[in-house]
Amino acid sequence: MVNKNLVKDVVKEPYKYGFITDIETEKIEKGLNEDIIKLISQKKEEPKFLLDFRLKAFKRWQKMKEPDWAALGYKKIDYQDIIYYSAPKQKEKISSLDEVDPKLLETFDKLGIPLTEQKKLTNVAVDAVFDSVSIATTFREELAEHGVIFCSISEAVKNHADLIEKYLGTVVPASDNYFAALNSAVFSDGSFVYIPKGVACPMDLSSYFRINSGDSGQFERTLIIAEESSSVSYLEGCTAPMFDTNTLHAAVVELIALDDASIKYSTVQNWYAGDEEGIGGIFNFVTKRGKCLGKRSKISWSQVETGSAITWKYPSCLLLGEESVGEFYSVALTNNLQQADTGTKMIHIGPKTKSTIVSKGISAGNSKNSYRGLVKMGTKAKGSRNYSQCDSMLIGDQASANTFPYIKSQQSNSEIEHEASTCRISEDQLFYLQSRGIEFEEAVSMMVSGFCRDVFNQLPMEFAAEADKLLALKLEGSVG
Amino acid sequence: MQSKMKESDPILEVENLFASTDNLPILKGVSLTVYPGEIHAIMGRNGCGKSTLSKIIAGHPSYNITNGDIKFLGENINSLEPEERSQSGIFLGFQYPIEIPGVSNLEFLRVSTNARRKFLNKEELDTFDFEELVKEKLEIVKMDHAFLSRSVNQGFSGGEKKRNEILQMALLEPKIAILDETDSGLDIDALRIVASGIKKISNAQTGIILITHYQRLLDEIKPNYVHVMSDGKIIKTGESDLALELEKKGYEWTDNFIKET
Repeated sequence: MVNKNLVKDVVKEPYKYGFITDIETEKIEKGLNEDIIKLISQKKEEPKFLLDFRLKAFKRWQKMKEPDWAALGYKKIDYQDIIYYSAPKQKEKISSLDEVDPKLLETFDKLGIPLTEQKKLTNVAVDAVFDSVSIATTFREELAEHGVIFCSISEAVKNHADLIEKYLGTVVPASDNYFAALNSAVFSDGSFVYIPKGVACPMDLSSYFRINSGDSGQFERTLIIAEESSSVSYLEGCTAPMFDTNTLHAAVVELIALDDASIKYSTVQNWYAGDEEGIGGIFNFVTKRGKCLGKRSKISWSQVETGSAITWKYPSCLLLGEESVGEFYSVALTNNLQQADTGTKMIHIGPKTKSTIVSKGISAGNSKNSYRGLVKMGTKAKGSRNYSQCDSMLIGDQASANTFPYIKSQQSNSEIEHEASTCRISEDQLFYLQSRGIEFEEAVSMMVSGFCRDVFNQLPMEFAAEADKLLALKLEGSVG
Repeated sequence: MQSKMKESDPILEVENLFASTDNLPILKGVSLTVYPGEIHAIMGRNGCGKSTLSKIIAGHPSYNITNGDIKFLGENINSLEPEERSQSGIFLGFQYPIEIPGVSNLEFLRVSTNARRKFLNKEELDTFDFEELVKEKLEIVKMDHAFLSRSVNQGFSGGEKKRNEILQMALLEPKIAILDETDSGLDIDALRIVASGIKKISNAQTGIILITHYQRLLDEIKPNYVHVMSDGKIIKTGESDLALELEKKGYEWTDNFIKET
């Protein structure tokens, strides 16, 4: 067929972020044991409570079993074959950006995240994480004027130990699941955000996670606390070089919203996905959860998942406070041999709580894309409501899509509504658009972004445009 | 038999065209030439290859041309992509316009119009300028502005879909329009709107091929030529009175021509 040839002729744009930064790194030995954990903790000059937290988590992890319930198939991970700490060699203490290795600054420049004073993005504060450590955080002083703390979690451990001790592990306990336990034992860096009472964060906050090293895992930890009547919008981006081996990424993100506070957490995940034969790519096992502790608190997750060889991720909300609100908006796109098992959990505990789930899965190539979600109404969740909508789009005839909605209700005075649909981009639709002068690739991307519109509308402006482009790029050559 | 003394060059020349889908022959030697200002009607039983002919001219990927040529403005277009054909001025009005959920009609029309404008070296239109243009064109098909904010053809009634096709034709200003059963499923009022729309858009420089089963469209738009298709071939060509005769006598009457040929 004519179209097939056209698609093959299209020069495929390679993964744009697949370069490696050649930089001297400090790595510890491969493997995982108590000594390694002590070494990580020592390198980070951590207080005792944190070392104890790590060791306890490690003990739990040793007794746990890797979960196998997800609709994913992959080679067994050898946890002793991973380096758990890798950091670019730098001066002991860095007091300003001028002392950061120019190669690192250049790396983030290339990723579109300039960090230096002259070039930094003007509307968003960035925490840049490279392998196991945070390199720089912009706009710290400006944010400090509003009482907002935005720094790496390592710094927060040093400077705000009380907050860390009070909140770390309260949303995702170390015992929560296998990967959360692993992260709790070995987490290296990540971002910390604290928004004081009554403050609307004056700008978007963003963390950019970059994996550079091929043999070390990334285990970042993010903690965001929004005090009473405060609000923040947080963005997260991730990329990695192209290696023919798989790299493990097991992150934990904890969000806490008190009375009338709101946290909006947006992710564009573009980890390296492996090549067309499924060689290489990131194994992405992430536990993200938010606690709506207060009355009328609100946590909203929006995610665009396009990367990783394996995605295992269920950003969730615990709705404790009366009238608290949880939202989950997701676009997950898989192509070639990618596999994604992603969704959310909305746990309604308090009365009159509300949750909305909108999930759009797009599978192309030979990929596998599953939505897995739980909506639970507890005994006290009187007058609570959930609305879920899960749509799948198939591109080509080799891709697969699944939906696994779990519903548990212990409260008869609550409402759960679930809608699901599956569609396929048909040759007729493509021909129709083409016969109106619209190029084949553009026709596909028009239909895909139309399909995702409900979710894109939830993303911050600059993210939405980026997400649109990213999807188009990822789909290039996927239809024929 | 047509085109003995034409002054200008033909817009479309279909020469002894054979085509198949899944190795099943559908067209078995179709020849047809359309000159500027001409209106051709193609009639024939369901399954005779009328719709296939229109899709092949527009470049549908499911059909293979096994023999013969399609020339547009003198150039062979056999291997052109559908979008290239559209951009250069070939328009196919679909018998069953396709629904595209999630894609706004306005954006679709704008992208489509700009693709054609780009080909013509005309300035591409931004949302505001396009709104102006489309407002004017909506008049032609008497469509409400609200149509633009809906998804392409989604939830449109049969008549609305057909009017949306004519709206696209008005925006794209094609050199040749092939309208595949644009009249089917329309009530009398809608038929008049569509027919008058087609007449407004066409002129002495454009060609039109109407594929239809019914005389009533041809009452509104009088064709210069009427062709009868059967089993993948044009078996008879005449002037507009052929359609009237056909309506009177039915397709059985044309079966005799097959025997003759």
